[in-house]
Amino acid sequence: MADTSLSTDKLLDMYRTMQTIRQFESRVRDIFQEGQIPGFVHVSIGEEASATGVAAALTKQDYITSTHRGHGHLIAKGGEVKPMMAELFGKKTGYCKGKGGSMHIANFELGILGANGIVGAGLPIATGAGLAAKVRGSGEVAACFFGDGASNEGTFHESLNIASSWKLPVVYVCENNLYGEFTAGKDVTSVKDIADRARGHDMPGIVVNGNDVVEVHETTSQAVERARKGEGPTLIECKTYRWEGHVVGEEAFLGKRSYRPSDEIEAWKRRCPLITFEQRFVPDTFSQEEIEAVQADVKRAIDDAVQFAQDSPYPEPEEALEDMFSNA
Amino acid sequence: MPEMNFIQAINTALAEELRLDSKTFLMGLDVWVGAFGATSGLTDEFGAERILNAPISEAGYAGAGVGAAMAGMRPIVEIEFASFFYCCWDQVCNQAAKLRYMSGGQADMPITFRAVCGAVGSAAAQHSETVYSQFMSVPGLKIVVPSGAYDMKGLLKSAIRDNNPVLVFEHLKLGRSKEEVPEEEYLVPIGQAAVKREGSDVTIIAIGYMVSQALKAAKALEEDGISAEVIDPRSLIPLDEETLLSSVAKTHNVLVVDEGHLRCGAAAEISAVIADKGFDSLDAPVKRLAAPDVPVPFSPPLEKFILPNDKKISATVKEMLG
Ligand SMILES: Cc1ncc(C[n+]2csc(CCOP(=O)(O)OP(=O)(O)O)c2C)c(N)n1
Ligand SMILES: [Mg+2]
Repeated sequence: MADTSLSTDKLLDMYRTMQTIRQFESRVRDIFQEGQIPGFVHVSIGEEASATGVAAALTKQDYITSTHRGHGHLIAKGGEVKPMMAELFGKKTGYCKGKGGSMHIANFELGILGANGIVGAGLPIATGAGLAAKVRGSGEVAACFFGDGASNEGTFHESLNIASSWKLPVVYVCENNLYGEFTAGKDVTSVKDIADRARGHDMPGIVVNGNDVVEVHETTSQAVERARKGEGPTLIECKTYRWEGHVVGEEAFLGKRSYRPSDEIEAWKRRCPLITFEQRFVPDTFSQEEIEAVQADVKRAIDDAVQFAQDSPYPEPEEALEDMFSNA
Repeated sequence: MPEMNFIQAINTALAEELRLDSKTFLMGLDVWVGAFGATSGLTDEFGAERILNAPISEAGYAGAGVGAAMAGMRPIVEIEFASFFYCCWDQVCNQAAKLRYMSGGQADMPITFRAVCGAVGSAAAQHSETVYSQFMSVPGLKIVVPSGAYDMKGLLKSAIRDNNPVLVFEHLKLGRSKEEVPEEEYLVPIGQAAVKREGSDVTIIAIGYMVSQALKAAKALEEDGISAEVIDPRSLIPLDEETLLSSVAKTHNVLVVDEGHLRCGAAAEISAVIADKGFDSLDAPVKRLAAPDVPVPFSPPLEKFILPNDKKISATVKEMLG
């Protein structure tokens, strides 16, 4: 059953993180549909375990790069839900003072080098963070989240080659949710397992059940250790699935067309990362009450975050002209 | 005449040209769905061999378009958001733009690149750029920025038939706007500006979506006794200097409006042409209204602050005419 060397504290922390991501994303979806959030949002419901398991293997000083579907990665790396939610609303109290929005949240104190609107852009950036750590000998590791679709960008191949050639401390984490927008990966990708692409760059490539937070975490911990020892990068492929559309409200684009069979969606929902965890650790490791207490705590935190975002002021229009160049 | 919206105009232009020339084919992300509707239904008629759903590999598939064009085909390459052009810059600017010239005129390069552009409402900096002005300083590319459904259809058909690389920028805010579009076939030639409204006191030259804003402003200015002429260059390269200059000769005052950035933007180039060749017609310096030189911010009040609109246009004109 609970055959893992992880402490109960660590396990419960990871569960709390997954709950936070699930509830944050669900609320974002709902209030976006109510028109409270401008622009567009990509949520990661169903993919909580990869973000959580990876980030739990990192220290605060370590770096991550994220994607357009980044809320979960940022929460897992320590992002607070209040300034995150405020950023989604375009408020002054957001992590980026309203300049970035959903696709561009960053917090450098937490090692979050940013979500990104450009698919594949995080790969060289994470590689560069690893390079910085190596050049100055400071010991940090960079974890790079990206999708299966992004692994078809040139930046993926160029980054893996650089990191492998220079033995950089980077962990590349492909969250393979089978689709990029409305196109199935299998129709536009030369390999079934993205992890196979590691071989071409002479680094380990490992496939994990991306919905099992413990498996993700244990595999990432080994990759992080390898990176810290100077042995170079690893590519980890998390097999997972997004429950929601590519963007919230994608029905408007799709009309009557669909690109995913409904039984496929249902099958993956049965492999929910949270339920996977509960089935494994309740009641032997945690009581049902403990689990419910976490759920209730998280709900309060998300309620507060939405309230905070709603109550926060917008930036002054003229602030659009600030933050261009450093005067230092 | 039947009405059609901007997206339908793209869709019918593509379908007509695909029907006409079997060397024509289309590539892009999710073109089987048509993320914005422009390519919807094309797979049903033309099949997956000619409507190619590309991987997220802009440099790869844009470059494959360049190669296919050199090898005798007539590809249409869709880049989704114009900001993603940065991911295939080399293939567009170093390859498509230059290879004919560099091969001593041997290669024809009949390739069309299409992308949606512009700020559509809190899409933030990496999905809101207009980008066309960056390409204006790369010799070898034609650049088309339609402002409505009629021009969209006619210009896109001309672009596809052109034996040179043409970049077509489709402002997403125009998507649902309707215009009358004839049922019979027509082309709008690349390199001909359109006088969208005649006037005598000031010439407003506006690009793409800004044409609609300039027309609105012109209406409001009329109530204040100012007669504004509105000109849509329609293509930035080549630029119809003659139409612009003859309007200036009539009105003696010019405002150039663009949603892109002020510095080195399309408005800067047009202003320079007028200052250079129309100096004697001018009563006052040429004025530009464009976005300040910052990335497009996410937050609604910030985005609104930086974008030109009808109110800013009419205020600027009033200031100019004192
Ligand atoms: C360079 C670039 N091309 C295209 C897009 C449009 N786009 C946004 S997300 C996305 C799909 C990405 O798929 P994947 O990497 O698998 O991530 P997922 O959305 O599945 O999490 C696409 C094509 C983009 N943002 N950037
Ligand atoms: Mg994917």
